[in-house]
Amino acid sequence: MSGILLFAFEADDELSQQASALAAALHGDLDAITVQGSYAPAAWAAAIAEEVSERSPRAVLAPGTERGNELLAHVGALLDLPMAANCTAVTLGDPARVTRVRWGGSLLEEALVHGSPLLATVAPHAVTAQPFTTPPRALAPAADAPVRVTERIEAATGGISLTDAPVVVSGGRGVGSSEGFAVIEELAALLDGAVGCSRAVTSAGWRPHSDQVGQTGTKVSPELYIACGISGATQHMAGCKGAKKLLAINADGEASIFASADYGVIGDLHEVLPAVCAQIRKARGA
Amino acid sequence: MNILVCVKRVPLTGGRIVLSDDARAISTRHLGFTVSPHEECGAEEAVRLVEQHGGASTVLALGPAEAEEQLRDMMAIGVDRAIHLLTEGEEWDPQATAAAIVTAVRAQSEPFDLLLFGNEAADSCDYQVAIRVAYALGLPVVTGVKGITVADGQIRCEQETDGGRDVYELPLPAVVSVKEGLNLPRYASVPGRLRAKRKPLQATRPAGVQARLQMVRLALPEGSGKQAQMLGSGAPAAAAIVGVLGELGLL
Repeated sequence: MSGILLFAFEADDELSQQASALAAALHGDLDAITVQGSYAPAAWAAAIAEEVSERSPRAVLAPGTERGNELLAHVGALLDLPMAANCTAVTLGDPARVTRVRWGGSLLEEALVHGSPLLATVAPHAVTAQPFTTPPRALAPAADAPVRVTERIEAATGGISLTDAPVVVSGGRGVGSSEGFAVIEELAALLDGAVGCSRAVTSAGWRPHSDQVGQTGTKVSPELYIACGISGATQHMAGCKGAKKLLAINADGEASIFASADYGVIGDLHEVLPAVCAQIRKARGA
Repeated sequence: MNILVCVKRVPLTGGRIVLSDDARAISTRHLGFTVSPHEECGAEEAVRLVEQHGGASTVLALGPAEAEEQLRDMMAIGVDRAIHLLTEGEEWDPQATAAAIVTAVRAQSEPFDLLLFGNEAADSCDYQVAIRVAYALGLPVVTGVKGITVADGQIRCEQETDGGRDVYELPLPAVVSVKEGLNLPRYASVPGRLRAKRKPLQATRPAGVQARLQMVRLALPEGSGKQAQMLGSGAPAAAAIVGVLGELGLL
């Protein structure tokens, strides 16, 4: 075969559908596969590698999720092939040419990939999803799976999660202290939103890492992201660039966050936020 | 336990990335450097595991002579010794990096019980060096770990998922890649910094190989093209903010 092998997690998984759309644009027969059973990276990768050996595809693509990247890295190690993670564009050839995401999306890299088949994952939200016309063919995992998920701990429910909240009110170094987050929490509660923070805040121990928005924290996509006392380092912007609208409140009018904001307010968050909360309460007659 | 933690020297990017003239690197003329965030947590975990279980920790970096700064930083928070795989500062692709690490690991007189990596380097975001090292050494590997417990020659790893945490249990020796949030790395103390200067550092120059994931050039993504609508200054801007919240249907 001279086709394209596409690994999908589920037929209705949006990121798998995006990977499928990029694969379909490569003009080869598209063969979508998945693997049955509970997740076991090495055993799943071995099944994919066997499929590659049998079918000799020109490329193997997967969604650029944590597990998609993990699986293709395993396949790369098994077959001694390079793997390009989080690609936004792919051109097949010898060598193949890809554009891929670096620094959590703050930088793009153009690269040549020497080795066939091309192994590449597709960066989330780089292309429009394309639903599967037929469900992906399910492979059996390799029998020997020493590393597998042995237990699943459900997340505690309650509260609005950062990833689902329609509004995220986030604080940075400018909040000044752990106690300073009271005003951030107050506004978030009034808006049924979630509290976020920057890496400077978690490094200082003011908030838990689970609140951190950024390249090494949570990636959020609310209707509105309110960044308070956050300068706008690339590390942070990598986590909130999915927001539909961004309001920046910062005492420093030169802060780089204003270059990525839809709305800006220059001022001390400890003066601005209490005034906003008071106005919301007043408007609600409470 | 004998633990290895691999770290990478990366620039501390601020609000705006500027590329070098040849567009093959970030211009670092005005930037400091640090250890990639996930890997700093790996170093902290190595120190904590040795504090709990005894043994020794080693930090390894592949990078230019200046990467000694990051190796000393990690020894300042308690790592016992360092291996520096010296480069001329050019970029090494994931396969070449993994191969150099594997050679260095095999050259050690005592085998490692645990090899820690960051889930992905902050700069290149390749997501694969730990996995390649594990396959070359014939060891089991778990990635993206945010919780580690070691007992009776086994390591229990917790990985964050959308709905909670998935748990993997594997026998040591093993390779584990970790993510920030695993722990809160300590700050180096002044005595720690002084001790770090005298801790052993072994430097070798690995043979490079042709990159198979070959970077051609870097580019900045198209700007958002946004022009922020300024709503005012200080507390008097509150009315305009509430107006925006109303327009967006969030009140």
